[in-house]
Amino acid sequence: KIYEPEVHSDRRKWRMRSVSVDLNNDASLVIDIPDALCERDKVKFTVHTKTTLSSFQKPEFSVPRQHEDFIWLHDTIVETEEYAGFIIPPAPPKPDFEGPREKMHKLGEGESSMTKEEYAKMKQELEAEYLAVFKKTVQVHEVFLQRLSSHPMFRKDRNFQIFLEYDQDLSVRRKNAKEMFGGFFKNMVKSADEVLISGVKEVDEFFEQEKNFLLDYSIKIKDATAKAEKMTRSHKNVADDYNHISGALNNTAADNNTAFKNMCVLQKVEDRMASDQELKLTELLRYYTRDIQAAKDLLYRRARALADYENSNKALDKARLKGKDVAQAEENQKQCLQKFDKLSESGKKELTSFKARRVVAFRKNLIEMTELEIKHAKNSVSLLQGSIEILKSN
Amino acid sequence: MSCMRRFCHETQSHDSLHSCMCRRSVALLLLKMSEERDPAALSGSAQTEGEEDLFVSAMESPEAARLSAEDISPSSNGPRDDDPDDPDDLFAEATEEVSLDSPERQPILSDGPSPAITPVTISPRVDVFDRSPDLDEDEEENRDTFDIQISVSDPEKVGDGMNAYMVYKVMTKTSLSIFSRDEVCVKRRFSDFLGLHSKLASKYMHMGYIVPPAPEKSIVGMTKVKVGKEDLSSVEFVEKRRSALERYLLRTVKHPALLKDPDVLQFLESSELPRAVSTQALSGAGILRMVNKAADAVNKMTIKMNESDAWFEEKQQQFENLDVQLRKLHASVESLVCHRKELSVNTASFAKSAAMLGNSEDHTALSRALSQLAEVEEKIDQLHQDQSYADFYLISELLGDYVRLITAVKGVFDQRMKAWAKWQDAQVMLQRKREAEAKLQYASKPDKLQQATDEIREEIEEWEGKVQQGERDFEQISKNIRREVGRFEKDRVKDFRVVIIKYLESLVHTQQQLIKYWEAFLPEAKAIA
Repeated sequence: KIYEPEVHSDRRKWRMRSVSVDLNNDASLVIDIPDALCERDKVKFTVHTKTTLSSFQKPEFSVPRQHEDFIWLHDTIVETEEYAGFIIPPAPPKPDFEGPREKMHKLGEGESSMTKEEYAKMKQELEAEYLAVFKKTVQVHEVFLQRLSSHPMFRKDRNFQIFLEYDQDLSVRRKNAKEMFGGFFKNMVKSADEVLISGVKEVDEFFEQEKNFLLDYSIKIKDATAKAEKMTRSHKNVADDYNHISGALNNTAADNNTAFKNMCVLQKVEDRMASDQELKLTELLRYYTRDIQAAKDLLYRRARALADYENSNKALDKARLKGKDVAQAEENQKQCLQKFDKLSESGKKELTSFKARRVVAFRKNLIEMTELEIKHAKNSVSLLQGSIEILKSN
Repeated sequence: MSCMRRFCHETQSHDSLHSCMCRRSVALLLLKMSEERDPAALSGSAQTEGEEDLFVSAMESPEAARLSAEDISPSSNGPRDDDPDDPDDLFAEATEEVSLDSPERQPILSDGPSPAITPVTISPRVDVFDRSPDLDEDEEENRDTFDIQISVSDPEKVGDGMNAYMVYKVMTKTSLSIFSRDEVCVKRRFSDFLGLHSKLASKYMHMGYIVPPAPEKSIVGMTKVKVGKEDLSSVEFVEKRRSALERYLLRTVKHPALLKDPDVLQFLESSELPRAVSTQALSGAGILRMVNKAADAVNKMTIKMNESDAWFEEKQQQFENLDVQLRKLHASVESLVCHRKELSVNTASFAKSAAMLGNSEDHTALSRALSQLAEVEEKIDQLHQDQSYADFYLISELLGDYVRLITAVKGVFDQRMKAWAKWQDAQVMLQRKREAEAKLQYASKPDKLQQATDEIREEIEEWEGKVQQGERDFEQISKNIRREVGRFEKDRVKDFRVVIIKYLESLVHTQQQLIKYWEAFLPEAKAIA
C-alpha cells in the first residue's frame, strides 16, 4: 500500500489514501481501510467491504467509522457467550496523536523566533510524525477487522455485519449497548485472572503447558515492547538531531553545500530506519502483547467454566445428600460440563492456531525489518560515500 | 599509533576501565588511521603538491579568488521537500505496508534500484569569506615546506590530593632547521600550556595576529582527577584534555610567525620550563588580567570608530554571524552525542529483554531467532557507543575549538580599534600642543617666551612622532589582520573539510557494520519454520 498524505492547511485536516488492493485469501469477504481522515481529535476511517456472501445487501460498499465504533464491536463480541471458547481479536488501541500535536503546538509558538528554514524543517518533521502515527493506527484497525472476517464464526456475527454495512451513524447503537452490558466484563478486576488461572488444578497436559507458557511469555513480551518503544524513540531523536545539524551546517559552510545537502537526505534515511524498525518490530511486539492477553482471557474463561463445573459437582453432591432438587442439580452439572468441554475443545484449536499465527507473523516481520534495515543502511552508505567524494574532490 | 597503545597500557591497571578504553581506543584508532591515510590531516604534515599549488594559484590571480564558475548557478537549492510524487523520493518504495497477522497476504517489498546521487549544483550563496589575495611571499614559501608533527600523549598523574596534577608527554618530530633536533620529547603540565598562550597573546595580539586560544580550565573535571576518582568520567576528561592540548599546539605551530617564536621553541624543546605561576586565576597576574578585561570591555563601548575600510566592517559582521551559527551547531551536536548515548543504552536494554523473550518462547526456531536478534542488537549498541565517541571527538570538539577561535578573531579586531583610538588620541594631543604654541605668542612674558617656545616645539615634535607611529601601527595591524583573516579562513575551510570527511567515513563504517550484522541475521529469521 502506498499512503499519500493530503494536507488541508486551513483546518489541519489530514487524509490518507491507500492505492493498491490487498491480496486476501478468501475473496468471499474482503475488508480494508483505504482512507482515513483526521480532524482535530477525531479519526474517521473509511471501512470498505467487498463480498460475495448473500447475507449482505450489496456486493461492495463503504462506511465511515470512528474508533469508538470498533471498540463497541469488540465489546459486543467479548460479551457474547457463544464466543467464550475463542480468542477474541484484541481491540485496536486509541489513535494517539499526542506526539505530533505537541510538536504542532511548539511549531505554532516558535514560529516567530525561527528562521524560515528551521520552520520548514520542523514542519517536515511534524508531517513525518503524523504520517507515522496514521500508518500505525490504520494498520491496527484494519488488522482487527481482517481477523474477524477470516474467522469462521466471527464473520457471521450479526453485529459485525451491522458494523460493516449500516450506513448511518453507529453512535446511537453504541449508547444502547453500553446500557445493556454496562461494560461488565471490563470492570472486573483483571488481577483475579492470574490467580484463578494459576490456581486451577489442570488435568489436561496441553492446557497446563499453555498456561505456564502464556503467563511467563506475557510478562516478557510486555517488557520487550516497552524496551523496544524506548529504543525506537531514541532512534527518532538521533534522526531529529541530524535534521537540526544539517540545517545549521547549511548555514555556516557556504562552500560545502552539496555535501551537507546529503546530510538532509541522510536524516531522512535515519528517520525511515527508525520508523520501519518501529513498524515491524515494536508494533509487532505491541500487537502480540495484546493478543497474548486475549489468549489469557480465553484461559480465564475456561478456568471459570471449570470452577463452575466443580461447584456444580459439589452442589450435586449436597443435593443428593439432602435429597432435594437433585434433578435440577444434575441438569446444572451436565450443562457446566458441556460448557467446559466445549470451551476446552475450541480453546485447544484456538491456542494451536494462535501459536502458528504468531510464529508466521514474527517470521514475516523480522525478515521484512531486516531487509529494510539492510536497504536503508546501503542507501546511507552510498549517500555518505557520495558526499565524501564531493568533499575530497573540492 | 604508538601513543594509543601506551595509553591502553596506562589503564591496564584499572581492569574495569580497560575494556571501555580499548573500545574507545579502537574508535580513535580508526580515526587516526584515516587521519594517517589523509595527507591533509590535522597533524600539519606536508601538503600534497598538487592541492597546494591549485590553491595558491587561485589565491594569487585576482579574478580567480572566488568560487569556480560551476558553483555560481542561478538555481537555488533549499532542503528537499518531502514530496511523494517526486521521482527522486528515495522512499516511494519503502512505504509498503504488510499486515501483522494474516498469513495470506503477500509481502509487497520492492527491490527498487538504489538511488543515484543527484548531482546538485552549489547555490550562489555569496562566498562571504573573501579570501584576501594579498599574502606575503615568504609565507607561501613556509607553507610549502611545512613539516612538523606534534603529539601529546601519556597523561600521568603526579603527586597526591589537591596538589596533584597531570603531566603530558609532548613529542615533536620535524625537519625544520629552527629546531635543534629532529625529534624531541618533553613533559609538560596544563599550566605550562596556559603560560605559553599567555606569553604569545601578550606579544602578538596587539599586532593583529590571531593567537590560538588555549583549552579551557575545568575546576570540576580536574578536581575529580586530583581526588583520585578513577571512574569513566574522569578518564574521559583526561582524554578530552589531552586531545585538546594536542590540537592547541598544532594550531599554534601552523601559524608561521608563532612557529618561529622563541617561547614556542622553548616550550617544545627544553627539558625544564619555569613554572607559569601567573596563569592561576587568583594570582596577581590573574587579577590583573581580569581588571584589564573589564577595562577593555568599557573601552570597547566608548570607542566610536570611523571605519574607512568597508572590508573590516563586513568581516566583523560575518564573524558575528559565524559565531552565532557555530554556537547553534555546537549545541545541536552536543544534543546528538547525548541522544546517541541514550540510544546505545536503550538498545542494550532491549537486547537483554529480547533474549529473555527468546528463552520464554516455546517454538524452537523462533526462540533461536529471538536470541540471535538479541545478539545483533547488542552489537548494534556497541556500534552506537563507538559512533558517539566519533560524534564527540571529531565534530563537537572541533566546533568548540572554533567557537573559541572566533572569540580570538574578534579580539584582534578590537585590538585594531584600540590602535586606531591611540592614533586618534595622539592626533588630538598634537592638535592641543599646536594650539598651545599659537597661544604662547600672546600669553607669556618675552624673556620666558623663548624657553616656553622651545619646550612646546619639543613636545610638538614628540607628538608628531607619536601620530606617525600611531598611523603606521594602525596600518600595520590592519594589514596583519587582513592576512590573518585570509589565513584563518583557508585553515577553517580545510579543517572543517578534513574533519567532516573523517566523520562521514566513521558513519560509513558504522553503516557497513550494520549491514554486516543484519545480513548475518537474515538467514536466521528465514529459518523460522
